[in-house]
Amino acid sequence: MNETAVVIETIIKAVIVLSVTAGMGAFATWIERKVLAFMQRRLGPMHVGPYGVLQLAADGIKLFTKEDIIPQNVIKPIFILAPVIAATTAFTAMAAVPYFPEFTLFGYTITPIVSDINVALLYVMGVSSVGVYGPLLAGMSSANKWSLLGAARAVVQMLSFEVVSGLSVLAPIMMIGSLSLIDINDYQSGGVTNWLIWKQPLAFLLFAMAGFMETNRSPFDTIEFEAEVVSGYATEYSGMRWGLFFVGEYANMITISVLVSIVFMGGYNPIWFIPGALVMLFKVSFWVFLFLWVRAAWPHIRPDQLMWVCWKVLMPLAVINVVITGLALV
Amino acid sequence: MYEIIAFYIFSALTIGMFTIVVLSKNALYAMSALAGGMIFISGFFFILGAEFLGVVQITVYSGAVMALYAFGMMFFDTTRDVKENIKNKKIAYTLSILSAILILAILCAPFFSGAIQANYPSLQNTGNIQMIGLVLFTKYLVPFELAAIMLLVAMIAGIVLASKKMDLEEEMSEECDVVKEVK
Repeated sequence: MNETAVVIETIIKAVIVLSVTAGMGAFATWIERKVLAFMQRRLGPMHVGPYGVLQLAADGIKLFTKEDIIPQNVIKPIFILAPVIAATTAFTAMAAVPYFPEFTLFGYTITPIVSDINVALLYVMGVSSVGVYGPLLAGMSSANKWSLLGAARAVVQMLSFEVVSGLSVLAPIMMIGSLSLIDINDYQSGGVTNWLIWKQPLAFLLFAMAGFMETNRSPFDTIEFEAEVVSGYATEYSGMRWGLFFVGEYANMITISVLVSIVFMGGYNPIWFIPGALVMLFKVSFWVFLFLWVRAAWPHIRPDQLMWVCWKVLMPLAVINVVITGLALV
Repeated sequence: MYEIIAFYIFSALTIGMFTIVVLSKNALYAMSALAGGMIFISGFFFILGAEFLGVVQITVYSGAVMALYAFGMMFFDTTRDVKENIKNKKIAYTLSILSAILILAILCAPFFSGAIQANYPSLQNTGNIQMIGLVLFTKYLVPFELAAIMLLVAMIAGIVLASKKMDLEEEMSEECDVVKEVK
């Protein structure tokens, strides 16, 4: 009976996380257009609803009702599977992420995390790296040269930047001695000065850059950069299949924002009189804003420059950081 | 109860996936099924409470299969079927007999598993990672260090092989510069 209760609770939590993040992802598309527009001295969407808020409903209707084209020479099952993989892995990664501090509702203590496994950080990073299979399979099954180029870039970048993100996050893990995101959060309790960002500034920078890379956000979005590879892996996609890639991308963005907030920026510990949940919301929204800000402010970089930065700058820096942390701990 | 349901679901999915890997003639199907199968195997680790191994299974094999995809991309047109060219049937027969014996051994395992006692039983109140660390740096220290040396050798070999070509490219670009200057 107790087991059944746990299963039901988990299912409810999973449904809530899924629906809220999917909704936030959809809303983020509108925010993105607005923020970019203001940064470029435009107005952005204005006509549908007040300040264009209902634009996202219009976009949704358009995506759902658009003709679903499957080109002739594609490998059909894989072509259909690829966007589903991109979206599901993005949401599966969220299973181990704690969003808020635990709270009591109707005398029942609720921990806002779907599954508290003690290797949560590794799990989230591992599963979101599986998400690269989405673009990869899409590119390889599309029977299109641009898609194939996009897929090739996806493989190269994934294999390279996983090294950077893994090594950079190793230093904080060595200090804390646990991979559980809740332990990492508790380690930083007690004010802004206890945040890991002050102790591990280099690791923070490297992890944030790798995060931009893994979510395919500019300036590192070489796998779908219009000027070089048309639309990369998504060239042959249309309608909601194309939309699923973007749901996945925004969900990944939110996951990375939550991850950076928890690992480096104090997590959901309350600051002064502000409760933890609000602090967390503020941090995550700041990070999502930062993703958009960087997109508006920086130009794309070439794939060869990206590889150069990854292997000759970021990777050695990450290794040095780990060595120094190790020496300091010993 | 739920563990048993999860176990049977994951078993069916894993066996199905690996069957596709073996039987499919399309490289893309085979590789995708391989990746899927590897990820479903991690489900068993999670059911057994070995979360660390489960996550490592996902991370390592997704990266490894990703490298396979890269090779597939380089050597095949993955949208076409691969023509299989089996010249030596003896190898196929030998391998299938060996795997049949292996399956028999696996199916007989429950008869003996009751008598097995763990030399290093899992400690109470220690996490997955701590236990793996303890075993790795006490009993398995020598194999661990050997594996590290092997990886180092492979890495240096890779760098040497790649850097030879880098020298060549630099020389070639210098030659090109000389040619341009002459012109």
